Amino acid sequence: MSGVPSLSDLNLAATLPVSFLALYACLLMIVDLFVPRTRKHITAGLTMLGLGIALVLALLPLAGAARFGDGERAFGGMYIADSFSDGVNVIVLITALLGVMVAYNYLDRIQRQRGEYYSLLLFTTLGVMMMGAAGDLVVVFVALELLSIPLYILSGFRRPQEASEESALKYFILGAFASGFLVYGIALIYGATGVTDFEGIWAAVEEIVAEDASSKYLLLVGAGLLLVGLGFKVAAVPFHMWTPDVYQGAPTSVVAYMSVAAKVGGFAALVRVLGSGMVNFALDGGLVAAWQDTVWLIAALTMILGNFVAIVQSDLKRLLAYSSIAHAGYMLIGVAAAGSAPVADEAARAVIMYLMAYAFTNVGAFAVVIAVERDDASNTGLESMRGLAVKQPLLAASMAIFMFSLTGIPLTAGFIGKWFVFKAAIAADLIPVAVVGVLTSLISAFYYLRIVWYMYFESGESEAHVPVPLAWAISIAAVGTLLLGIFPYLLSDMTHKITLAFGP
Amino acid sequence: MDNFFDLVPLVVMIPLVGLLINLFAGRQLGERGVSIVAVGASGMSFVIAVLLWIAQVNTGYEAAVIDMPILSDWIVIPSANVTIPWAFRVDTLSVTMMLVVTGVGTLIHIYAVGYMHGDERFPRFFVYMNLFLVFMLILVTGNNFLMMFVGWEGVGLCSYLLIGFWFDKPGGVGWKNSDAARKALIVNRVGDFGLVLGVLITFWTFGTLDYYREGEAPIAHHAATDAEAPLFAPTLPGEEETHAVSGPLGVFNQAELWLEEGGHQVNFGMVSLSFETTLTVITLLFLLGVTGKSAQIPLFVWLPDAMAGPTPVSALIHAATMVTAGVYMMVRANVFYHAAEFSSFVVAVIGATTALVAGFIAVGQWDIKRVLAYSTVSQLGFMVAAVGVGAYAAAMFHLVTHACFKALLFLASGSVIHGMEHGHHHVSHGHSGHHDDDFDPQDMRFMGGLKERMPVTYWTYLFGTLALAGIIPFAGFWSKDEILLDSLKTGVDKGLLSGYVGFVLLVVAAAFTAFYMWRQVSLVFLGKPRHAAAAHAEESSRLMTWPLIVLAVLSLLIGFINVPSGFPILGWLLGEHQFTSFLEHSVTYAHAGTFSFLLATFAVLLALGAIYLARSVYSDRVLATLREDPLAINPRTQRAFALSSAKLYWDEFYFKYLIYPYRNAAYWLAEQLDWRFWHDYVHERLLRDPFNAATRALSGRVDKQVIDHSFDGLGHATRRIASRLRRIQTGYVHIYTMSVLFGALLVMILILLPLIRDWLGL
Repeated sequence: MSGVPSLSDLNLAATLPVSFLALYACLLMIVDLFVPRTRKHITAGLTMLGLGIALVLALLPLAGAARFGDGERAFGGMYIADSFSDGVNVIVLITALLGVMVAYNYLDRIQRQRGEYYSLLLFTTLGVMMMGAAGDLVVVFVALELLSIPLYILSGFRRPQEASEESALKYFILGAFASGFLVYGIALIYGATGVTDFEGIWAAVEEIVAEDASSKYLLLVGAGLLLVGLGFKVAAVPFHMWTPDVYQGAPTSVVAYMSVAAKVGGFAALVRVLGSGMVNFALDGGLVAAWQDTVWLIAALTMILGNFVAIVQSDLKRLLAYSSIAHAGYMLIGVAAAGSAPVADEAARAVIMYLMAYAFTNVGAFAVVIAVERDDASNTGLESMRGLAVKQPLLAASMAIFMFSLTGIPLTAGFIGKWFVFKAAIAADLIPVAVVGVLTSLISAFYYLRIVWYMYFESGESEAHVPVPLAWAISIAAVGTLLLGIFPYLLSDMTHKITLAFGP
Repeated sequence: MDNFFDLVPLVVMIPLVGLLINLFAGRQLGERGVSIVAVGASGMSFVIAVLLWIAQVNTGYEAAVIDMPILSDWIVIPSANVTIPWAFRVDTLSVTMMLVVTGVGTLIHIYAVGYMHGDERFPRFFVYMNLFLVFMLILVTGNNFLMMFVGWEGVGLCSYLLIGFWFDKPGGVGWKNSDAARKALIVNRVGDFGLVLGVLITFWTFGTLDYYREGEAPIAHHAATDAEAPLFAPTLPGEEETHAVSGPLGVFNQAELWLEEGGHQVNFGMVSLSFETTLTVITLLFLLGVTGKSAQIPLFVWLPDAMAGPTPVSALIHAATMVTAGVYMMVRANVFYHAAEFSSFVVAVIGATTALVAGFIAVGQWDIKRVLAYSTVSQLGFMVAAVGVGAYAAAMFHLVTHACFKALLFLASGSVIHGMEHGHHHVSHGHSGHHDDDFDPQDMRFMGGLKERMPVTYWTYLFGTLALAGIIPFAGFWSKDEILLDSLKTGVDKGLLSGYVGFVLLVVAAAFTAFYMWRQVSLVFLGKPRHAAAAHAEESSRLMTWPLIVLAVLSLLIGFINVPSGFPILGWLLGEHQFTSFLEHSVTYAHAGTFSFLLATFAVLLALGAIYLARSVYSDRVLATLREDPLAINPRTQRAFALSSAKLYWDEFYFKYLIYPYRNAAYWLAEQLDWRFWHDYVHERLLRDPFNAATRALSGRVDKQVIDHSFDGLGHATRRIASRLRRIQTGYVHIYTMSVLFGALLVMILILLPLIRDWLGL
């Protein structure tokens, strides 16, 4: 590995979706300089074009139609282009497309129609994609920052509104704090194993376990700190406290995007690091990784707290914030299940499926919030939903679909996601946490269905404006939610190739 | 030529696309756009059906099974070994049906453009019409019983939607329409119940629902083209052809094999039936479905009411296509019916009786469309009876000819109604204030003398009438004659009772047909106008008359596709029983009859006699002063006419002996058993009152004092906790930071817990 690697060693082609989008994003920044203020729809359109091309490039390998490059590794193993990263790419690119669609008119309304918005969104997307393809802890860190920093800026995009600025600053300070934990964890892991690439870690862990070397303490602490850093990104309890404040303060279009994108990145990295790099980290020589108990306890805590606190929320954005915390808990079940080596692949698939379902549903739900929100960021209370079914029957029906999906009612995507996650948990013998998951879903029905109740069975002066792009985004999200719910094999076919294992 | 068959999904897809366009863009397209889309979709389907027909002819009539690209694994349950593909079948039978459905359908679509002009729900109408085509084509092109069932239910749905299309007409008419729609749907439920049971038993018996598997040819039995051969010669299945398909066979060939082997038992859990008995059960259940959809005794009562729908609907759905679905199904399942003799007998009797009963009722009707409705029931009876006596080809032949001339008659009657409404409009506007509320544009008593006012309608109507009455050389003559001949032959050659019974009933029914049709022509077109509206009626627009003319020509010529062997000159000129030979490639037991000069003469003379009789009863002199039907005045026919006019009290009979008793029983069960006994006595007296007493005792002391207080405490506690939680969520960053720190600590402890335990030696 010494010397300057040749271009063919880099295997650049394997990174095609990411490298294309990176180039495109840089170009877009420059092009945007020449787009006049009043014609930012050009920038938005170009953004969608780039995302669309990247989506096709990501879908081709996933559908088995084409495989770019030579093998799965690029940049000397730093980048892994396998089915898992393809899945992550597809999810985040769809989310970003929807994110642009919900943002365009919203930015007009709040008079912040700036080209930077779209460039920043593209960079975040890039960060998520890189996290899904990371083959090295260093890449995880770089990708995490690439994902986070544009999000900090986007949260404060509604300058000079105070709430928005506050949320940006809060997010930034806490995010930096959490990043510190992550880097420290990486350092400790490096100290324990002497490597930073997952395959190397995997081999080193095997040795450590076999020799019962004392470096296992370092490794454990390192893994724990990683969990803290990434747990912050996905808003797991007890690292969740920024979530409601940031979600409430940030522009809703940003929240719609980041509530999904940040989770996709965080979970992709968690599954990569824990589920594939350290799956063999079983202290007692068994098949269950040492970090599994911690993860599922956090999952249980997250589900319980998220769902319970959501009940008492009276603001839609805050409610959805707690809901997104709760959903992080469900996905953490999948991560925990990945700690049992025989189930690891199935669990990784479950997490990807959950994320896919969540992407459509959650962006859709926030898009509805965008529709009812007033230009001064008010009217996001629960009462804004009253009587929506009379005024805007289609909007209300879509919202109902999203709520059903978030609850996990059959024939919606949410049900399918939960089904696979719980199935993986049961296969991994994590039955108590699956039970907690089912029970808390039951509780969640209370606050989700209350929204449906407001829309359909109460009268009120609800108002909503649904411009065409937003309407398209909501329709796509609703159709996607139903489609995945009715034809689950669309998802399972897509993900059936995902494997995580290194080594034999 | 082979890959022409791959076009068959398009037959279904094109109307589907058409309806989707009209569904979503109908309002924007406007009437013109909607009609272009709908008619275009129907027309393109017809073109494809023609292409398929040509392909059939050019490939030697070989059947093809085409998988739908994305639905090829329609229903697959691996654990139960169930595979039902969504596959289309192109064979001569399905091609015949496709041609009828799309051909007549297209003409009716064109007509409907004129007829529905100005209707506020114009786009919706054509959405439904295209939807109907989709389902009807699924019904006839499917290669298994389940697809047929999907189509079957789908056309039922469209029928319901279209009968009640004018559900909101003012003055109670809307209610009548929607009642008729509901009646159609509910009555059909009874029949569909039988059909679905039949399909399920078929599946249980054969393990598949495919008619024939891909690449599997019907086991040919006999060369029925040979006119000298006895009709039902005993043959050995599988003798002439060995099928190249390995694995399970389609239902029909499997049935043939089992019949040949004999002694096959079908196990139904508790009971085990011989295969022959099972077939009888299946075919009888199918028959129940047929009596619903094809309006046979005892379920025909919905069809006359269904005329509440717009006239193009009556023509397309309730005359030409949907109601013949039952006949198509029985012909499709001819292997079953051929084997199940008892069922065939029942089919023949039901069909022939229906033909006669409906023909009788038709004489006493005043509503122009109602007469045609009963006539349709009667003609469907002819077809069903033909199936019953084993004349499958004749049944299909009559289906085709009937589709043409009955569609023609309905469309022409629609034209008459249009003209009458126009006249009435004209009159009531001419003399302001003059409004007779009992005017009904469909009542023949208000008509008369329309011959001069609406010549195209008159002449086409006349063609339809002659075809229906069976006058040579019109289409109806050929097909009806073949049915009569076949039933007589079944009686004579095979010595079967069904043949004789069928023949006698059908001959009488044929006489009635000619009579009521000429009565209708006289009342509507001949004589002098009996109402101002009739005097001012006007010929309909060209959009409406063109389809009439095309159909009239078809009614004259379509019979020539199946000239019986032995018919002088024409047989030599046009080829003998072309249509039957065509069908034989897919209908195993189709056979052709030899022409019987005697019978044909008899039938034509009978029809002419009936027409003469009708002409003399409804002469111009009588028509001029018509208030009551002459038959109702004549003491000899008075009672019979009253009976016919009251539709033999059929509906009343159902109400009195089925619906009211059922309702009374339900009422009794609800009132006495459920409410009085179960609710009042058991629940309230036995359960509630003692329970109340016990709870009252408990609530005072135990609940109010102990439990209430503790729950109050719990509520307070929750509130306290919540407010404390809220206090944590302050919005201050340093608090959040601390929480992350504590969280990190928690994670450390958790993750090191096993090691800590080891240390402490726990």
